[in-house]
Amino acid sequence: MKALDDKKLIVEENLCKGCGICVAFCPKNVLKIKNGKVLVHDIDSCIQCGLCELRCPDYAIYLGGK
Amino acid sequence: MTNYLIEKYYRTERLPHIWCPGCGNGIVLKAIVKAIDNLNLNQNEVCVVSGIGCSSRATGYLDFNTVHTTHGRALAFATGIKFANPKLHVVVITGDGDCAAIGGNHLIHAARRNIDITTIVFNNNIYGMTGGQYSPTTPTGDKGTTAPYGNIDPNFDLCELAKSAGATYVSRSTVYGVNMITKQVEEGIKNKGFSFIEILTTCPTYYGRKNKKGNAAEMIKQLNEITINVNAYNNLPQEKRENKIVIGELYKDIREEYTEKYDRLIKSF
Ligand SMILES: Cc1ncc(C[n+]2csc(CCOP(=O)(O)OP(=O)(O)O)c2C)c(N)n1
Ligand code: SF4
Ligand code: SF4
Ligand code: SF4
Repeated sequence: MKALDDKKLIVEENLCKGCGICVAFCPKNVLKIKNGKVLVHDIDSCIQCGLCELRCPDYAIYLGGK
Repeated sequence: MTNYLIEKYYRTERLPHIWCPGCGNGIVLKAIVKAIDNLNLNQNEVCVVSGIGCSSRATGYLDFNTVHTTHGRALAFATGIKFANPKLHVVVITGDGDCAAIGGNHLIHAARRNIDITTIVFNNNIYGMTGGQYSPTTPTGDKGTTAPYGNIDPNFDLCELAKSAGATYVSRSTVYGVNMITKQVEEGIKNKGFSFIEILTTCPTYYGRKNKKGNAAEMIKQLNEITINVNAYNNLPQEKRENKIVIGELYKDIREEYTEKYDRLIKSF
C-alpha cells in the first residue's frame, strides 16, 4: 500500500466483515467491497479524513503511523 | 495489529468480535474506550459491568476489570462493586432489553440513589441476541419476531425515565455522531453520581431486516435524520417538534452521591 504524507491507511483483512460502512461514508470513493472484504482501490484520492476508521465496527481499517 | 486504542484497551486476542457485520455495537464500544483514554483513567481503576445481550458481550473484549453478569442485573452487581470499592470508576454497559425490561427495576433504584455509576445503554430497539423480539424501546408500530403485525405498546423514553427517577447526568447520542458519544461518556464519568447515557445504535440483522431499514450504513444515516440536537429542538415551534428524537445533554443536577452519603453516616459514629 502506498505511503501517504504523514499517515498510512491500513486494512486488517482478518478483522473485516465486509459490511460496507466505510465505503458508504468515505467522501472520496477510495474504498469498495470485493469478495466480502474492503478493498482500497483508489488510494491517491484518500484525504486521510478518518471517517472510515471512525465508523468501522470491526476496527479493520485505520490511519496508522508511517 | 490495529490502532492505539484497540491495542491498549482491548483483549485483542479475542477479535474479531462476535457481532454481526455492520452491527453498531463495535462503533459505540470504541467511542466509550476513547472517552476513558481522554480522561487518562488508570486502567486498573475502571470496572465495566454488563448484563446479557449482544451489547453486553462488550465486556469480554475490554481490558479493564470486567464483569459479565446476569440478564438485567448489571446495575445490581455494579452497585455492590461501587460500594465495596468506591474509588473505582464503574461503567455499566447494557441493552435496551437488559436495562429497561428485565432490568428496569434496578435502573430506577440506582438512579434514585444517585450512586456514582455511568450507565450506557446500547439502544438498538430490539432484543438482538435472542432473535428480534420487541423491547420496551421498539417504536410503536414497528415489527419484531413477537410483533409480526407491529408493536402496539407505547415505547419508553429512557432518558425521561432516568431523569424522573433521579439520575444527575442524562444524555443521548447516536452511532452516527460518534464523537458525541465520546464527549458524553467523558461527562458521565466525571459526574459524581448516577449518569445515564442512551446511545441509539443499529441492529441490521433483526431490527433492520424486520422493519426494512436498509443496510448497515443506511441505518446509521437514518439515525441522523430522525434526531435533532437539543439546542436546535428548543428553538423549534411546537408543531415541528413531533417525531423528532432529541440528542445531546438533556439533564444535569447536583445531589449528594450515595457512597459518600453512606461514608458520612459511618463516620458519624
Ligand atoms: C433471566 C433471563 N431471561 C431471559 C434471557 C434471554 N435473553 C438473553 S438476551 C435477552 C434480551 C437482550 O436484549 P437487549 O438487552 O436489548 O440486548 P441486545 O441483544 O439487543 O444487544 C434475553 C431476553 C436470559 N438470558 N436470562
Ligand atoms: S467498515 Fe470495517 S468491517 Fe465494514 S467493510 Fe469497512 S473495513 Fe470492513
Ligand atoms: S481516510 Fe477518508 S478519504 Fe481516506 S479512505 Fe478513509 S474515509 Fe476515505
Ligand atoms: S443480532 Fe443485532 S445486535 Fe446482535 S450482533 Fe447482530 S446486528 Fe448486533
